[in-house]
Amino acid sequence: MSNQEKHWEKSRGLLMITLAIWFVFSIGIFLFGAEMNEVTGPFGYPWTYWFTCQGSLGAFVILIFWFANRQEKIDEEFGFSEREDE
Amino acid sequence: MKSTNFIDNLPKVYGIYTGGFIGFIILMAIAEQMGMTAKAIGIAFVAFTVFIYALIGWLSRTAQADAYYVAGRQVPTVFNGMATAADWMSGASFVAMAGGIYFKGYGYMALLVGWTGGYVLVASLLAPYLRKFGCYTVPDFIGTRYGGNLARFSAVVVLTVASFTYVTAQINATGTIASVALDIPFQYAVYIGLISILLCSMLGGMRGVTWTQVAQYIVLIIAYLLPVFWISNKIGAGFFPHFMLADEVARIGELEAQFGFVKNSAADLATVPKGLAGITKAHSAVNASPWAFISLALAMMMGTASLPHVMMRYFTTPSVKAARKSVGWSLFFIFLLYSSAPMLATLSKLSLLDPNLSTGIIGKSVAEVQAIDWYQNWNTANLMFISDFNGNGTVELNEFFMGGKAVVLATPEIAGLPYVISGLVAAGGMAAAMSTADGLILAIANAISHDVYYKIIDPKAETAKRLVVARVLLVVIGFAGATIAAMEIQGILGSVIWAFDFAMSGLFFPLVLGVWWKRANRQGAIAGMLGGLAAGTWYLVWVRTGGSGFLGITQLTFGIFGSAVSLVAMVVVSLMTQEPDKATQKMVDEVRVPSGKTILGKQ
Repeated sequence: MSNQEKHWEKSRGLLMITLAIWFVFSIGIFLFGAEMNEVTGPFGYPWTYWFTCQGSLGAFVILIFWFANRQEKIDEEFGFSEREDE
Repeated sequence: MKSTNFIDNLPKVYGIYTGGFIGFIILMAIAEQMGMTAKAIGIAFVAFTVFIYALIGWLSRTAQADAYYVAGRQVPTVFNGMATAADWMSGASFVAMAGGIYFKGYGYMALLVGWTGGYVLVASLLAPYLRKFGCYTVPDFIGTRYGGNLARFSAVVVLTVASFTYVTAQINATGTIASVALDIPFQYAVYIGLISILLCSMLGGMRGVTWTQVAQYIVLIIAYLLPVFWISNKIGAGFFPHFMLADEVARIGELEAQFGFVKNSAADLATVPKGLAGITKAHSAVNASPWAFISLALAMMMGTASLPHVMMRYFTTPSVKAARKSVGWSLFFIFLLYSSAPMLATLSKLSLLDPNLSTGIIGKSVAEVQAIDWYQNWNTANLMFISDFNGNGTVELNEFFMGGKAVVLATPEIAGLPYVISGLVAAGGMAAAMSTADGLILAIANAISHDVYYKIIDPKAETAKRLVVARVLLVVIGFAGATIAAMEIQGILGSVIWAFDFAMSGLFFPLVLGVWWKRANRQGAIAGMLGGLAAGTWYLVWVRTGGSGFLGITQLTFGIFGSAVSLVAMVVVSLMTQEPDKATQKMVDEVRVPSGKTILGKQ
């Protein structure tokens, strides 16, 4: 397998993990919205309500930065990161 | 404004700007104490901020294609994040979102999840790869990746349908705010809004829009957060509302149970002015089925990743790496406002409902409420209405009606904040609607001038001529949008949601598969774009004309059907026709790595 194929395979792996986490926060928890809302969550808000107000939104912010850092590491590992002067 | 020196000085420039704006707010507050009228304050806020944007637009004027189309590709990540946030948060987000949450509660908050979660798709599936491509517009990517004028043209069609639907809503919003703040009729205010919008974008194109959007973000975020914090402190709900409103949310639940949701008769409702609504849904309880919630969120997420005016913001970053980070910053800046919207809705609702608060009106006598100053103002503006349906003389929950916009625009006044805050909110709403309209009009005009005129009609056109065409188109599209907005066909929010559905129907899979599936070819992409758009449009028309729909897909989520058709059409047609040539496959390989020159830079 060429260097580039390995790089792409790893990038695809990262994409799958990213999309899996995305799925949990955007879709997964709302499948059980009614049940989870019975429970008191962070700062005293009902759980599902809190996720729609803040939780999921914040999770997406963190997820994107995490993804960007991981992808940068992968690019560096295979020598595909951009030179600073470009 | 093109030297690297300017880029290095950005934090200082915008720091001074922010300080100046806060100074202006304080100045207005002092002027209010000294007897400046509410109307004069409103005019001062809107006129002052619009003047600043126009000034930035003029300073950013350019005659270079690179600066006009992609701001010279040198916008730093954090500033691009702010610009994207302003680009993204429209009049709907600013003016209508808290109102939607106020009326519909949980089911409506699917939009919060959808309009943020979409950025994960932008960051991971598309933005960095399109940046590596080095295109000027989204159809530029489609046209080069798949080849051929028809593919390019199909992308322009989808882009125009989606963005135009969106832009009329934004011009409508600027008109609404300008008409309230400047106290002029809506039909004229629309054109004042339009001229303000064009002042930002005409001379400097993307460069002008970028730097005005950063300025607009600063205004809109201050204008949104200040009242939320102020009201929360004023009614003693907590100094940091986001972490401290649990009791208030619970209290609203109690009050809802106490008042009950009485259903009004059709005859009673017919007397309520058009566009106003009462509270009919629980505030924090789960009031929508999982599929209703998820399908709306999903449609908005896929739409986010397909809307060209957002995607093209990531063409302006200096590198692929910066494009990825920049998506994160965009979402962070969006998060600041979106996480505050439910808090504003909560505070607004509690202020009006709770009989223990001096501002509460439910349970008071109708005559007493009708004598309140703010009620009279907003009633005249056709945004509030009370009718004593049951004739008992007191205001009940089902007898109070409000326009969606009023939650943001009127809450400061209801909570008894000085008028200077209302003026600030008007300026913020104006900034939000203007910045989005700018991005959208530019996306359409650029696609037509670059992809249709330059790439298809006259590939030999000189830069000067191309930029003249681009600017003429900008004005034409702006006026077309304003003319339709002046007719007031669809509410602000409805048309915004449709735009997402149109965009995802036609563009989501052709864009994503262009990067992630090498086998995707021209025939497949064209089938995907046109088939998806046609299917989505058909579904919308069908449901609007009395069709029953299926699988719970409504007129707000028709993009789910459209994009499903798009995916199937694209895969089937691609597999039935020849695979792309070696050169195209090699191009896809190069897009997938950040290093090296951009694809278009090589040609």
